[in-house]
Amino acid sequence: MSEKIELSEESKPAFVPLLARESVQNALKSFSLPLFTFAIVFGIWVFVQTHYAPDLPTPKATFWKAVEVFSDPFYDRGPNDKGIGWQVLYSLVRVLTGFFFAVLVGIPVGFLMGMSENFSRACQPLIQILRPVSPLAWLPIGLLLFKAVNPSAIFVIFITSIWPIILNTAAGVRSIPQDYMNVAAVLRLNSLEITRMILLPATLPHIITGMRLSLSIAWMVIVAAEMLTGGIGIGFYIWDQWNNLNVSAIVVAIFVIGMVGICLEYLMNLIQQRFDYNAR
Amino acid sequence: MNSYLSLEHIGMSFTARGQTFQALSDVRLQVEKGEFISLIGHSGCGKSTVLNIVAGLLQATTGGVLLENKEVNSPGPDRAVVFQNHSLLPWLTVYENVRLAVNKVFGGIKSKQECHEWTLEKLELVHMSHALEKRPNEISGGMKQRVGIARALAMEPKVLLMDEPFGALDALTRAHLQDSVMDIHGHLGNTVMMITHDVDEAVLLSDRIVMMTNGPNATIGEILDIKLPRPRHRLTLASDPTYNHYRAEVLRFLHERQRKVA
Repeated sequence: MSEKIELSEESKPAFVPLLARESVQNALKSFSLPLFTFAIVFGIWVFVQTHYAPDLPTPKATFWKAVEVFSDPFYDRGPNDKGIGWQVLYSLVRVLTGFFFAVLVGIPVGFLMGMSENFSRACQPLIQILRPVSPLAWLPIGLLLFKAVNPSAIFVIFITSIWPIILNTAAGVRSIPQDYMNVAAVLRLNSLEITRMILLPATLPHIITGMRLSLSIAWMVIVAAEMLTGGIGIGFYIWDQWNNLNVSAIVVAIFVIGMVGICLEYLMNLIQQRFDYNAR
Repeated sequence: MNSYLSLEHIGMSFTARGQTFQALSDVRLQVEKGEFISLIGHSGCGKSTVLNIVAGLLQATTGGVLLENKEVNSPGPDRAVVFQNHSLLPWLTVYENVRLAVNKVFGGIKSKQECHEWTLEKLELVHMSHALEKRPNEISGGMKQRVGIARALAMEPKVLLMDEPFGALDALTRAHLQDSVMDIHGHLGNTVMMITHDVDEAVLLSDRIVMMTNGPNATIGEILDIKLPRPRHRLTLASDPTYNHYRAEVLRFLHERQRKVA
């Protein structure tokens, strides 16, 4: 017994700094390793720019472009010349509108598919055919239907977002354990109570997963859609800068799109933590 | 005059891929009010099916169940079930899980305050008052099962059905819960039907042990009256010759007469 105590006392002073050192090392690693990756990409950029593609903006030029763009992100000089903040906001509004309608339609359809074998059988082939199609293929149909570019872009986002929401909701409903339904049966819950107290809370984690997936795809798709539709938006902003051969602004825009994507992801994370009983 | 709960010539067949499988045939049992009945048998003998038919979760192919001379054909809170894997709703707290049942059964009769007190009282009964605001994934398996029992008791069922309630628990926790159930039964005098494959559990808790034959065509092979005085204590019973005699009877039935090659 005394031996053990001695041993632990001996090892203690060596052990504690080791732990502290480890955590410092970890923090250093999680900072320095990504920095290392960035440095490599940066090196490739400089190398390609100097040896093969002199038209590519230099990191320095891009940096000053970024300073210029971010110094006044919300300037407004008429419909064709707005700051990057406006461009991002217009795109975000389109994405969120399309996404909102997709949630509105997708969740009930997913519920029906999950609850009714026949409804699922009726819908599956259609969904299987449409799901792999690039949502951009729907853009002409949208233009034809709405005779305007803005609703068409929203329509494309709607189409993009709806499949993951439907499929995840349906899967969520189908994976509800029979036990919960037995509890509902013993308690004689009516169908409204079953929906509210069992189906909704039990499927919510799946629904949120579907929403998360579709929102991140929608944010990718909007860039391409806006390149085709024009107007104000981060996608057309990139296309516009390309027409002006203003490539450094494109690099800045890519960075901005990435950052907004991270923010959307973070937002969905918050929602998940709030509503997903597994994550709490 | 029929008994309190009576199982009348219950037969059950399942059809899968065009093949009919006769799981149960001619199960007959009369249960008196306040009796504690255990159903014991090898796995797959259909004891869960019997319980589910009494619960109304399954419909018997032939025969039926009468509770106070009324036919049972759908599930209801008068036959509350303690499920094998507790089946608490994971998004509700311990309190809310029980309260849901209380609201459903007594919502129209009791006031809000009475419902609240009733819920607390049942959780007190199973010694879970300390964890009211915990969610099921924050408490141990034994605690979950306690809450499951509280929820079932809160419905004030005519018959309490327990489907291997302690099957997933370790031996010590199981012993604790068995004592709790014995206490509660002694206190409230519920009519209980419990499925088990634990011989000691059956002898310790039951007034009668219903031993089932192996399927297909499973039925009741033998019924053993356990005439041990209550309250029973596991320690004193361990060396009691009558207890050991009953134990041996059940073992003999399971391992000699209904021997099953696993």
